[in-house]
Amino acid sequence: MKIVTICGAGIGSSGILKVNTERVLTRLAISADVVAADIASVHAVAGDAQVILTSAEFVDAIGQTFADVIVIDNYFDTAELTRKLEKALG
Amino acid sequence: MPLPPLPATAIILGAHAHDWCTAVRLVGMALVASGAAKPGYADEMIRMIEEHGPYVVIAPGLALAHARPGPDVLADGIAVATLATPVAFGHPHNDPVSVVLGLAIADASNHLATVAAIANLFNDSRAIEELRAATSVAEVQKIMGAAA
Repeated sequence: MKIVTICGAGIGSSGILKVNTERVLTRLAISADVVAADIASVHAVAGDAQVILTSAEFVDAIGQTFADVIVIDNYFDTAELTRKLEKALG
Repeated sequence: MPLPPLPATAIILGAHAHDWCTAVRLVGMALVASGAAKPGYADEMIRMIEEHGPYVVIAPGLALAHARPGPDVLADGIAVATLATPVAFGHPHNDPVSVVLGLAIADASNHLATVAAIANLFNDSRAIEELRAATSVAEVQKIMGAAA
């Protein structure tokens, strides 16, 4: 499974989301490839992704995709991440 | 996985910023003062927000201002500004912002260690409030667990 985290620069916020997503997946015993990318490369990187994690600001720019687009409000709230990932993957 | 150095020059306490742009410019100046970035990096960080919106407000009360690695970044660096009066970035959930971090990354290929260290700090939900309430540079350095 592939999960892509998206932000404006492809470093920084998407990196934090990647790190915390990997932590949550480990706790859930789910194995996935988590990739941080910038919004400009979303279609190249996320073409084969099941889930895209991002902020509300990028939903329109991501546009049509086969992946579930999940908006994360608090990037440091692993409970929010766990809840939303479980819902998307469950 | 340590954070980049956080010298006193990279910390601004109780700053007065009348809008988000001024707040981002403050951490930009702090990154210049600590030797991590050139003055143009503040413009880059502001441009990211103008272009993509207030997504850098990644938790309630906290903005992580950053841009891409590039000629305006001199070294990996982090800066902290706390605001006397919180400012709105226009984020639907996490406004208003009272703590602004500035992040400069020199090389994208090894930035994950740095962001993992940031995640370690702020996954503890008390860290933002502790920074907001900090009254000394030493206190901020202690909360951030960073080398001076």
